[in-house]
Amino acid sequence: MVTVVAGRRPFTPRSLIRPAVLLLLTALVLYPLVWMLGSSFKAPEEILNNVSVLPENWTPGNYPDGWTHFDVGFGRYFLNSFMVAALTVVANCVSCLLAAYAFARLRFRLRGFWFAIMIGTLLLPSHVLIVPQFVMFRSFGWVGGPWPYLPLIVPHMLATDAFFVFLMVQFMRGIPRELDDAAKIDGCTAYSAFRHVILPLSRPALVSTAIFSFIWTWNDFFRQLVYLSDLEKYTAPVALTLFIDSTGQSAVGPMFAMSVLSLAPVFLFFVAFQRLLVEGINTTGLKG
Amino acid sequence: MAITTRPPTQRPQPGPAAPQRRGRPARHRDDGRAGYVFLTPWLIGFAAVTAIPMLMSLYLSFTDYDILTPWSEVKWIGLDNYQRMFGDDPAYWHAVRVTLIFAFIATPLKLGSALGVALLLNRSFRGSGLFRGLFYLPSLLGGSVALAMVWHSMFDRSGSINAILGWFGIEGKAWVNDPDTALGTLILLAIWQFGAPMVIFLAGLKQVPNELYEAAEVDGAGALRQFLSVTLPMLSPVIFFNLVLETIHGFQGFTSAFVLSGGTGGPVDSTLMYTLYLYIRGFANYEMGYASAMAWVFLLTIGLVTVVLFRTGRFWVHYSDGDD
Repeated sequence: MVTVVAGRRPFTPRSLIRPAVLLLLTALVLYPLVWMLGSSFKAPEEILNNVSVLPENWTPGNYPDGWTHFDVGFGRYFLNSFMVAALTVVANCVSCLLAAYAFARLRFRLRGFWFAIMIGTLLLPSHVLIVPQFVMFRSFGWVGGPWPYLPLIVPHMLATDAFFVFLMVQFMRGIPRELDDAAKIDGCTAYSAFRHVILPLSRPALVSTAIFSFIWTWNDFFRQLVYLSDLEKYTAPVALTLFIDSTGQSAVGPMFAMSVLSLAPVFLFFVAFQRLLVEGINTTGLKG
Repeated sequence: MAITTRPPTQRPQPGPAAPQRRGRPARHRDDGRAGYVFLTPWLIGFAAVTAIPMLMSLYLSFTDYDILTPWSEVKWIGLDNYQRMFGDDPAYWHAVRVTLIFAFIATPLKLGSALGVALLLNRSFRGSGLFRGLFYLPSLLGGSVALAMVWHSMFDRSGSINAILGWFGIEGKAWVNDPDTALGTLILLAIWQFGAPMVIFLAGLKQVPNELYEAAEVDGAGALRQFLSVTLPMLSPVIFFNLVLETIHGFQGFTSAFVLSGGTGGPVDSTLMYTLYLYIRGFANYEMGYASAMAWVFLLTIGLVTVVLFRTGRFWVHYSDGDD
C-alpha cells in the first residue's frame, strides 16, 4: 500500500503512475466501444483499416440502410425486443417479490427445505434445461405458435429467476421486523402486512430487479435464438446475427449502425442508474 | 428446519382452543397458509420449469429422441448416447477441451485484472467513481451479440487491431479465422469484461480494517508484504466468491463463440464451446437425446468443479471472526 496521507501531496514522478496507468486502462477498455460508435458512421472500406475512432467521411446513411436492410425492418425487431423485455420485467418483479416475501418474512413448514432448493437453482445453468423445456413448450404448441414469446416470458411469471428472489430476500431481511410485528398487532394479516408494509418498503429492490431484468433480457441471445424461428418474430439480438449470413462488405456499415442502436437502451440504463448498478452487484454478486 | 419439529399427528387443531406451538408467538399462527399462498408461483415454476424438465432430460438422454418422430416411436437406447459421447465423437472431446482451456485461462486472467484494477481504484480520489463506472460498462454490454460482432471486425485480417499492431512492426493476421488464435480472441473478450468481479473486489477491499495495515507498517512490512499478508488473506472470501462465480460463468460461454464463428464453432472447431456444441446437436441437428446426455454430463461436471473449489477453498479461504 502506498502510504500517502490525505491532503497536500508532494508532486513526484511516482504520484503520476496511478493516473497514467488508469488513463491507459480507460483507453483500452473504451476503445472497442468508441471505435464501434465511430465506425457506424464510416463507409465500409473505412471501417476496416481505419483505426481512428473518428470517421474521415461521415456516413450517416448506415443507420437508415441498416434499419431497412432486411425485408422485415429493424424497427419491428426492436419492438419485439422491447415487448419481451417489458413483460419480463413485470413478471419478474411480481413473482419474485411474492416468493421472496414468503422466504424472508413468513414461517411455514419446510421453509428451510424450499429455500435451500431455491438457492440450488441459482447455480443451475440454463443450458441444462433448454432441451427439455423446448420439448415441453413445443408440445404445448407454444414454439412457432401464433405468439412464440410464451416460452420466453411464462417462466419469469413463475419466479424462476432465482437471482432476483435471492436479491429480494436479502433486501427484506434488512427491513426491521418490528414493522410487520406492529402491523400484525394492529390486526394485519400476512397479506395486508405484505401490502401495506413490505411492498412499499421494497421499492429499491424492485427497481434493481426491474433494471437488471431489462438489461439481461435485452442482451439475452441463447433462449431467444432457440425459441424464435419466424423472421417476423425475431428480437434485435437474433436479427443482428442475420448480418453474419449476409456476407459482403456493403453490410458492414449497417451492421455497425444496428449494433450501436441495439446497445443504446442498455447504455442509457447504465448512464441513468450507474451508481445503483455498480452497488447492486456489490451487495449481491449479480453479473453484468 | 421445520421438518423435525413435530410428527404430523400432533399438528395443532385450528380454532382458538388450539395449543400454542412452543416458542412461537401467537401472531405467526396463520403464516403457514399464507406462506404457501405467496410461494405458489415459485412452487409451480420450480416443478414445471425446473424439476420436471430435468427428469425429462434425464429420460431423453437414454433415448434417440429427435423431436420429429412422434413420442410413441421414441426408442430407449440405454447408454448409447453416453457411449457415443465418450467413445466415438471426437468433436465432443474437442468441445470439452476448448471449454476447459477457455475457463481455466480466461477466469484467472479476468480475476487478476479485476483485482489489479480494484487495488488501483481502492483509494478514493477525484474521479474514482467515474473510472469504476467506465470499467464496469463492458461487463454490462459484453455479453451481447452486438459487441461480439464488433469484436469479430476488430480482430479480422483488415481489422483495426492489425492496424494498431502495424505501428509496432508486428504483422497481423486474421485472428478470428485462424484456429490457433480464434479462441484467444474469445478469451480477450472475456477478460475485457472484468468490471463485475472488480466491483465485488472493491467492496471487499473496503471491509479490510485499516488498523491491520497500520500494525503491519509498524512491524516494518513493505507494500508487497502488506499485500501478501494482509490484503490477500482478508480478501480471500471475496476472491473465492468471484472464483466460483466466474468459473461457472466461464463454462457457459455461448454468445461470443456463436457469433465469432457464425454458429459453427470454427475455424476447425477451435471455438466449439460445450454449450455451442450442445446447441448444434440439439437445435441444428435435432438430436435431442444426445443433447440431453450432454446436458447431464455438463451439469455433473459443473457440480463437481464447484465441489472441488469448495474443498480446496478450505485451505486458503480465511474467514475472520464474526459474520460478514
